[in-house]
Amino acid sequence: MNFLVLFTIVLLIIAGHQLLRVIELSRGLKKTKEWQITDTDNNMMGKAMLIFMFLFFGFFIWQAARWNERVLPGAASVHGEKIDTLWDWNMYLCTFVFFVTNFFLFYFAYKYRGNKKTQATYFPHDNRLEMAWTIVPAIVLAFVIIFGLKYWNEITDEAKSANKITIELYAKQFAWTARYTGKDGKLGQTDYRQIGGSNSVGMDTSDIKGFDDMIVNNEFHIPVGREIEFFMRSRDVLHSAYMPHFRAQMNCVPGMVTTFKFIPTKTTAQMRKDPYVVKMIANINKVRLAKNKEPIEFDYLLMCNKICGQSHYNMQMSLIVDTEADYNAWIAKQKAFKIVTPKNIALK
Amino acid sequence: MATVTTSALEKEHLVHHDHVHEHDHDDHHETFVTKYIFSQDHKMISRQFLITAIVMGIVAMTMSIIFRMQLAWPGEKFAFINALLGDKWAKDGILDPNMYLALVTIHGTIMVFFVLTGGLSGTFSNLLIPYQIGARDMASGFLNMLSYWFFFISSAIMIASCFISDGPAAAGWTIYPPLSALPEAMPGSKLGMTMWLISMTIFVVSSLLGSLNYIVTIVNLRTKGMKMTRMPLTIWAFLITAILGVLSFPVLVSAVLLLIMDRSFGTSFYLSDIYIGGRPLDNVGGSPILFEHLFWFLGHPEVYIVLLPALGITSEVIATSSRKPIFGYRAMIGSMLAIGFLSFIVWGHHMFMTGMNPFLGSVFVFTTLLIAIPSAVKAFNYITTLWKGNIQYTPAMLFSIGLVSSFITGGVTGIILADSTLDINVHDTYFVVAHFHIVMGLSAIFGMFAGIYHWFPKLFLRMLNKKLGYVHFWLTFITAYGVFFPMHFLGLAGVPRRYYTNSNFPMFDNLVDIQQIVTVFAIIGALAQGVFLFNFFYSIFRGEKAPQNPWNSNTLEWTNPVAHIHGNWPGAIPHVERWAYDYSKPGAEKDFVPQTVPLQEGEHDGGGH
Repeated sequence: MNFLVLFTIVLLIIAGHQLLRVIELSRGLKKTKEWQITDTDNNMMGKAMLIFMFLFFGFFIWQAARWNERVLPGAASVHGEKIDTLWDWNMYLCTFVFFVTNFFLFYFAYKYRGNKKTQATYFPHDNRLEMAWTIVPAIVLAFVIIFGLKYWNEITDEAKSANKITIELYAKQFAWTARYTGKDGKLGQTDYRQIGGSNSVGMDTSDIKGFDDMIVNNEFHIPVGREIEFFMRSRDVLHSAYMPHFRAQMNCVPGMVTTFKFIPTKTTAQMRKDPYVVKMIANINKVRLAKNKEPIEFDYLLMCNKICGQSHYNMQMSLIVDTEADYNAWIAKQKAFKIVTPKNIALK
Repeated sequence: MATVTTSALEKEHLVHHDHVHEHDHDDHHETFVTKYIFSQDHKMISRQFLITAIVMGIVAMTMSIIFRMQLAWPGEKFAFINALLGDKWAKDGILDPNMYLALVTIHGTIMVFFVLTGGLSGTFSNLLIPYQIGARDMASGFLNMLSYWFFFISSAIMIASCFISDGPAAAGWTIYPPLSALPEAMPGSKLGMTMWLISMTIFVVSSLLGSLNYIVTIVNLRTKGMKMTRMPLTIWAFLITAILGVLSFPVLVSAVLLLIMDRSFGTSFYLSDIYIGGRPLDNVGGSPILFEHLFWFLGHPEVYIVLLPALGITSEVIATSSRKPIFGYRAMIGSMLAIGFLSFIVWGHHMFMTGMNPFLGSVFVFTTLLIAIPSAVKAFNYITTLWKGNIQYTPAMLFSIGLVSSFITGGVTGIILADSTLDINVHDTYFVVAHFHIVMGLSAIFGMFAGIYHWFPKLFLRMLNKKLGYVHFWLTFITAYGVFFPMHFLGLAGVPRRYYTNSNFPMFDNLVDIQQIVTVFAIIGALAQGVFLFNFFYSIFRGEKAPQNPWNSNTLEWTNPVAHIHGNWPGAIPHVERWAYDYSKPGAEKDFVPQTVPLQEGEHDGGGH
């Protein structure tokens, strides 16, 4: 068997070699050299450019139509809705520029495909044209910048509402922890040297502000309609707290505390009834069914979005947006940090 | 030998005299080693860069196919992956997660630095600078030789790092610490990362030697009449690229040096408050954000180091093949200078989400969106050059049009990503992967292919096969968009980049078929490069003999004989009488007027006003 394969390969090589020889020998007989560009070439390639344009635009439209139901659902936060609006306008602009400039490129490539009879027009420059396409993009970009920065300033501003909730997201390879303030509304200080035992997030056990802090693993809850102020920390390497449904993201950096805030607008229960989400989850479940996996329900997710090592792809935590009442019931059940740390009991 | 104050004429005389003398001398003594290995001839060095880059490109492309297979069919067993990576990294043909990250990292590193920086600049700056400005060789042939050999050593170390037991660097091509600094964090941050850092340091040495040489050669060794405003846009592009390289690459070395100190000598430049491997580290006071600043201070100009040579090459190819002057020659130079300048003050747009002060972020939003203006000017000027042209479809021209298309298509999404507000949700997702692969990766590689097809007669004195070139272009162009366009939608669905699999939790289960489409296009695209490789290596030895000036081009490199002679021109170096873009000039006999033809009475020089 191996011999036969080898034999075939050898034969193929010989055949290929002979074919090349024939081609090489026939070169001398032709008037035009192989590399010379003929009118037929130009005609063919010019038309191919136009055909490609239609295929390319068609591919774009096909994707947009078909995959439009797979992109993230509308934002579930106050600032996220603004981002979505801004995104749409910028996308219209980009899509417009994409279509128009690619059209002219490929259309000219087709229209002005060369032939022996014509000559090109000598047109080295035109100041008015060049001014026009410097100034027009400048004006358009000015608007892009102004709107972008307006929202950016709002989004990155401090959390100011009186009833805000402060939560710390603590990242480590490869898991998340959330820490809630107790009744004092303040997070206790931290000290990475005290990490160990049940003190998994490095609470400074001498800081009284931290005594009522609550640490939550696996799944955390936030109430709808209240400003949530997140502080992010990391235990080891860079991570990024990415909550795409809320249009929220911030890196977690060892040695410093970063921050992001948002106001959720839809509870998990509401999202599960949202027609877009229902359809999306139905599609996901169809795929899962085909692979014999159990069906799922919609859940908000906190993911790691900065390469952090082997299990980077598997570092998430569920996030539940509750009604105020549900949230209060849930938070009441959480245990304060001091109860689980022996050192604190001693301090008491 | 020639000082800045020497007039051009004296300079040429000196160089000429010197080389003619040397020439006689060399013919008798050129050995295999001095001709093919430690060559100081810019043409040979150019070929060395090109072939090294092609080999590196094949490696990086194969890596991408392996991780694309994993993304499309996670958990599937592929015998060929096992055959390539062995039982340790692909047991039963299933890719190991650490090796996945390593492949992503090395793919990025090789493509950005070894193929598109070393390969593109190294090949075409070396080939074209002396040829197109009318010089006997580079200002320093010896430094030029060193530049290649440092490049070779650095390539060899990077490849060697793939064969060590812990695997190569795996922290992403941006190697952000602490992940890259702590061996406990991942196996790739052990010896592999050390080798990565050494390799890149040597790479920077190579790049600096090359760049300094390019700058000095362009500034000092232009032939008589080759005013700066008569230089082909290729040379302008190489000049600005070299200046960017000289100013930005040393900053990478400083970043790398501090990282080496943190890794090996217990310093805390980038490290603070870390608990890993079951113990707290002593390092206090450093910040990973410092590294990010230093890295992107190189990293962003690097984008243009990759892109500008490609844009220079296409400017030349589009003008020649449209049989028209490049539209807005001065505006093209101006926009390249503007891009070059601005590229130094936009790096922070890679860092909107890092915890950097948001106000600083807004400054970078402003500067980044400014850079869209000169980029737009360039795109419009290319399109206008095609207008009323007489386009000759060489394979090089096809790739040049491909470049303009990818430059636009990838460029428009840059407007979105440059906007910090919009970046929040797509930062580090596939949207970014789509953006930079199209605008930087595709544009630069298309420019490189355009250059290879256009200047193959100068590189190897033979012609590439046109029909295979056509096949190569269309397969590459179609599959390239097929690979990267769908990634925008993955990004919009919130898929983070550098995930080993997207089916470990249910959120992205409905996107598997998109991943498969991407991978299928990637495989076809990779196989299509076989057409190019065959054409390339076959034509080196057996392609048709090149004629004097196959594309009826104006520039000086087509005036020297079809032979690789030491000193480039057998007699005196030709003088330049006009700019490089007198194509289809009214009143001229043919549709091109080489730069050596004197201006007629009353004729204006096109580039001059």
